[in-house]
Amino acid sequence: MSHSTVPRSRTEADTTAKTPVASGGTTGPRDDKHRGRLGLRIRFGRDRVLLLMTLPALVLVLLFNYVPILGNIVAFQDYDPYISDNGVVSILHSPWVGLRNFQSIFADSAFWNAVKNTLVLFFLQLVLYFPLPILLALLINSVVRPRVRAVAQAVLYLPHFFSWVLVIAVFQQLLGGAGLLSQLLRQHGYDGLDIMTDPSTFKFLITAQSVWKDAGWGIIVFLAALASVSPDLYEAAAMDGAGRRRRMWHVTLPALRPVIALLLVLRVGDALTVGFEQILLQRDAVGPGAAEVLDTFVWWNGVRNQDFGYAAAAGLIKGVVSLGLVLAANKVAHLMGEQGVYKK
Amino acid sequence: MTAVTDRPVREPRRWAAPPRPVWEERPTRAGLAGKGLVLTLACLAILFPLWIVVVTSLSSRKTIDETGGLVMVPEGITFIAYEELLSGGQVTRAAIVSILVTLVGTLFSMTVSVLCAYGLSRTDSLGHRWILMTLLATMFFSAGLIPTYLLVQTLGLTDTYLALILPSAVSVFNILVLRGFFMNISPELIDSARIDGAGDLRILWQIVMPLSRAVLAVITLFYAVGYWSAWFNASLYLNDQSMLPLQNVMIQLVQKQEAPVGLAQSIKTGQLSGLAVQMAVMVMALVPVAVLSPFVQKHFKKGMLTGAVKG
Repeated sequence: MSHSTVPRSRTEADTTAKTPVASGGTTGPRDDKHRGRLGLRIRFGRDRVLLLMTLPALVLVLLFNYVPILGNIVAFQDYDPYISDNGVVSILHSPWVGLRNFQSIFADSAFWNAVKNTLVLFFLQLVLYFPLPILLALLINSVVRPRVRAVAQAVLYLPHFFSWVLVIAVFQQLLGGAGLLSQLLRQHGYDGLDIMTDPSTFKFLITAQSVWKDAGWGIIVFLAALASVSPDLYEAAAMDGAGRRRRMWHVTLPALRPVIALLLVLRVGDALTVGFEQILLQRDAVGPGAAEVLDTFVWWNGVRNQDFGYAAAAGLIKGVVSLGLVLAANKVAHLMGEQGVYKK
Repeated sequence: MTAVTDRPVREPRRWAAPPRPVWEERPTRAGLAGKGLVLTLACLAILFPLWIVVVTSLSSRKTIDETGGLVMVPEGITFIAYEELLSGGQVTRAAIVSILVTLVGTLFSMTVSVLCAYGLSRTDSLGHRWILMTLLATMFFSAGLIPTYLLVQTLGLTDTYLALILPSAVSVFNILVLRGFFMNISPELIDSARIDGAGDLRILWQIVMPLSRAVLAVITLFYAVGYWSAWFNASLYLNDQSMLPLQNVMIQLVQKQEAPVGLAQSIKTGQLSGLAVQMAVMVMALVPVAVLSPFVQKHFKKGMLTGAVKG
């Protein structure tokens, strides 16, 4: 049990008090620096249990998040999935085609249609969806009765935990060709209406589904930010003669600003990902003209058409652009004096 | 503020409003009414569709035919749709698959995540920074659908339930939330246990985990809901129809309007309403989360916040 005698404390005072091993002169506030000077062997002996504990998760993350990055080389191949069930064997035996997949993607009108749909959906959701949780949070926050608040929150959070399959099934039963809306229309002498298969309104339908499912859940971070505002600020503002609106403008909104900035950064960084599962489930009903987005384009070409090289190339384009967007969005946040996702 | 904190202790009237601070204006009647209206409408927008689904699933074929489809007012409640669905056959099997995958997957994910979060909860441990960076970086990129698909195939996971668990077993976000919580536990407590001779596993099990019940409940719920709701991996990796979980069967039933295997006959002959069957499957997918999530609700904010703050 030699490792248990080596200090592991996070409090500096403790470390200095019982440090038999650390190299000389380890008293004082600079103690942190000396901790690194413990020999690697000693630190390994001390921390091996901790390391072992991180191992399963680390292996899974390396295997399913990092190893597949290598698989992107099929984007430069005319990959033939029928060579072998073993992807490595197939990659070794598939012909290399250089940038040809990319050239044909850029000449493919279906790809540009997917880009267009993705961007339109992103902006639509930014305008129609993004502000809603903020407004809802302000509303809930102004409810003072604890029971009313708890019940409202429970109801508003609920759809977040539903699967997309269920959400779309619910919408189907309400707005589909055999749904409640059509049923009511027919009973009053009108024609039925099938919103679920209408390409012209599809993007609004997608946005409405997102709002129904997640707008309520989205208020959680804003409520937390609002709860962290000191009531003294409001009182002081009120003493200085600020009314309801001025307090909202000068106290509440500044408190929300960092959270809003963070979420905007995340959203922009994720701009090319607009509800893959949700849209894939409805793609066949509406048709690719209105419903194809970048993720479903990859799915269609790869999984359905077995054209893996082509699909992987499209996925790689999306991945690289997305990475650039995340980093750029963070940069902008830093320039604006906000923290962004990671610190500078 | 004193008006709030110095309130005499008594059984609180939970629906009543706590006293307002003296400086705050009284709300206008119109403002209150507007607020109440918006909040009620928002809640109704969520609850009304669910009500219709539940009521229709409990209605007889006769009631459904008379109303022309969806039923809003319950009349002659019957459980026939559920009895048929749960008497063996496709949906029963799918429900069992979903339950098992959710249980096993959640247990596995929680074990792996809690261990990793504890392993990373000491900022001075060996390799801490590198491991953390390796995990964090995955939040900025995704390897892509096609390479992941090829990997799962190469690993030989196709047509096994492992394909539904392993690729999505670890959520870095969840690990960070757990880690943030573990790091807030008083180091003195842990140090004194160490001096008493407790090893890391024992400290985790007997000290850290009992003190983290709230966040453990939240993260368990997140993982469980993830497994319960998943359908995409099953559609990718399972070719055998009889292996499909509940969500995938629901797609076939509601979106493609196929009758579940074995029940087509009784729907055709009119004993059973196809619509009620669809609704009953939706209710089966809905009930577990609707029942469980409110219990964990009060911990949500805490769990989300610590995860966001600790980098």
